[in-house]
Amino acid sequence: MISFFTRRVIATVPVVLGVCTLTFMMLHFIPGDPVDIMLGEQATVVDKDALRRELGLDQPLHVQYAKFLTNLASFDFGRSLYSKRSVGSELAERIPATVELGLAAVALALMVGLGLGVIAAIRQNTWLDHLVLAGGILGISLPGFFLAPLLVWIFALHLDWLPVSEHGSLAHLILPSVSLALPFSAILVRMTRASMLEVLREDFIRVARAKGLSAMKIYSKHALRNALTPIITLVGLQLGALLTGAVVTETIFDWPGVGTLLYQAIQSRDYPVVQGCILFISLTYVLVNLLTDVAYAVANPKVRLS
Amino acid sequence: MRLLKMRASSRLLLVGGTLIGVMIFLAVFADWLATQDPNSMSLELRYDPPSWAHPFGLDENGSDVFAKVVFGARVSLTVAFSVVMVSLLVGLGLGSVAGYCGGRWDAGLMRSIDMLSAFPGFLLALGLVAVLGPSVGNLILAMCLTSWTGYARLVRGEVLHLKEKEFVLTARSLGATPLRQVVFHIWPNLVGPVLVHASFALAGTILAESSLSFLGLGVPATTPTWGALLNSGRKIMLEAPHVSLFPGLAIMTLVLGFNLFGDGLRDFLDPRKTVE
Repeated sequence: MISFFTRRVIATVPVVLGVCTLTFMMLHFIPGDPVDIMLGEQATVVDKDALRRELGLDQPLHVQYAKFLTNLASFDFGRSLYSKRSVGSELAERIPATVELGLAAVALALMVGLGLGVIAAIRQNTWLDHLVLAGGILGISLPGFFLAPLLVWIFALHLDWLPVSEHGSLAHLILPSVSLALPFSAILVRMTRASMLEVLREDFIRVARAKGLSAMKIYSKHALRNALTPIITLVGLQLGALLTGAVVTETIFDWPGVGTLLYQAIQSRDYPVVQGCILFISLTYVLVNLLTDVAYAVANPKVRLS
Repeated sequence: MRLLKMRASSRLLLVGGTLIGVMIFLAVFADWLATQDPNSMSLELRYDPPSWAHPFGLDENGSDVFAKVVFGARVSLTVAFSVVMVSLLVGLGLGSVAGYCGGRWDAGLMRSIDMLSAFPGFLLALGLVAVLGPSVGNLILAMCLTSWTGYARLVRGEVLHLKEKEFVLTARSLGATPLRQVVFHIWPNLVGPVLVHASFALAGTILAESSLSFLGLGVPATTPTWGALLNSGRKIMLEAPHVSLFPGLAIMTLVLGFNLFGDGLRDFLDPRKTVE
C-alpha cells in the first residue's frame, strides 16, 4: 500500500511540472507583444517598459522560467495588472465560494445519481427504469449554460421562489448547484445503473438470495458496495469536469468564485491572474486525480498489488 | 408501431441518426433556409416573439433568431467534425505505432498522454483561445490538443491485443510488412470502437465549443454561434425568452443525437447487451 502510494505520488511530479510549464508558456503564445495587448497600443513607452520589467519579459526565457518556478515554490503567483494586488490573495478570496459551490454540487449529484441509478437497476425494464434512462441521456445532453438561464427564468423570474445571482444564503446556492450538478448526476445515474446490473447478475447475489437475506440487505450491503468500485474512478474524473464547468456556472450566476475571477481576468487581459487561476484549477485537478487513484487502490486490492 | 418492435440498439441508432441528419441538413442548406441575413438588424422589431415571418422570433438587435440558429449549426458542426477528424487521425496513427512497436515508442507516447490528460482539456482550450485570440482555426487547434489522447489510448490498447491474434500472426508469417498488418488486418477491427468513441466525442466537442462561444472565447463575435446567441439571450430572459430557448434546444438536439447514436452503436457492436 505504502509503495503504491509513493509510486503514485512520484508519478505526479512530472505532471505537475508539465502543468506549470504549459501555464508559463501561455504568456509566450500571445501573438505579438504581450505588453502591447495588456496595455493597449497607445500606452507610453515608459509604462510598457515598467510592465515588461515587472513581468520579467526583458530577461532571457530560461531566466524567466527559473524565476517563475522559484516564485511558485513560495506561492507567489505574481501581481494583478489592475487591482495591483497579489494573485495569491485574489485567489484566496475566491476559493471558499468555489469550494462551497463544488461541494454542494457533488453532494447533490451523488445523492441523485446513486439513488436513481440503484432504483433503476433494481426495477430494470419497468417504466421507472425507462424514465430514469431517458432522464440520464437528456441530462448529459443538456448544456449547463442552457439549463441555468432556464432555471432562473422558471424559478426566479416567473415563480419568484428563489433569488438570482447573489451569494450567501442557502437559497442562493440552490440554482447554481443544481445546474452544475445536473450533467454529473446524469453520468452517475447511467454508470451506477450499469454497474449495479452487472453485480446483480453475479453468483454471490444468488447465494445471498438463497440464504434468505432481505432484499434491502442484498442491495445495500452486497450489491452496491461492489458496484461502487468502478464508480470511484468516474467520480474522480467528473470532479475535474465539474471544476471547469464551474467556470461557466459561476459566470452565469455572478458567483464570487475562481471561475468568475478567471472569466473577468480573460475579459480584461489580466494575464497574471489568468495564469494564476488556470494553475490553481489544473493543480486541483491533478490532486483530485491522485486522491481518486489512491481511493480506488484502497477499495480494490488488485490495483495496488499489481 | 414498427419502431417499437425494433431492437433497442437499432431504435437508438435511428432516432440519433435522424436528429443528427436534421441538424446537418440545416447546416448544409443554411443559405437557402434562412430568409434573412443573420446579421441584419432592425431595431424597431427587436424582441419580437416567434411569428410566420420569423419562426424563432427576433433578438435584441432585431436579427432573425432562426437564421442565427441555422448558421450556428454550420459553425458547431464544422468545428466538431474538424476536431474529431484531426484527433482521430492523430490518435489512430500514434496509437498504432505505440501499440505495434511497443518499447520506447509506447512508453514515450503513454507518458505524454498521461501528461496531457492531467490538464483539464476545456481549461487548456479556454486558456489557449484567450491568448491566441478567437478564431475558428485557433478553436479547433486548442481542442485537438487534448482530444487526440482518447483515441490514441483506445487504439493502442486494441492494437496491443489484436497484434497477437491468429489472423495477424498468419499475415505476418506470410510476409506482410508491419504497415500492411496494421492497415489491412488490424484497422478493420477497430472501426467499431473508434466510431463509438467518435460519436461521444462529437457530442462533447459541441458542448465544449458552445461553452467557449458562450463565454465569448470561441469564434469571432461576428460569426453567429449557438453559444453566443444563448449568452445574449440570457440577459433578456424576461422580455424575450425565445432568444435563448431556440439555440439551447438546438445544442441539446444535436448533442442528444450524437449521444443516442453512440449508445446505439455501442449496444449494436456488443451483442451481449442486446440479448438481456
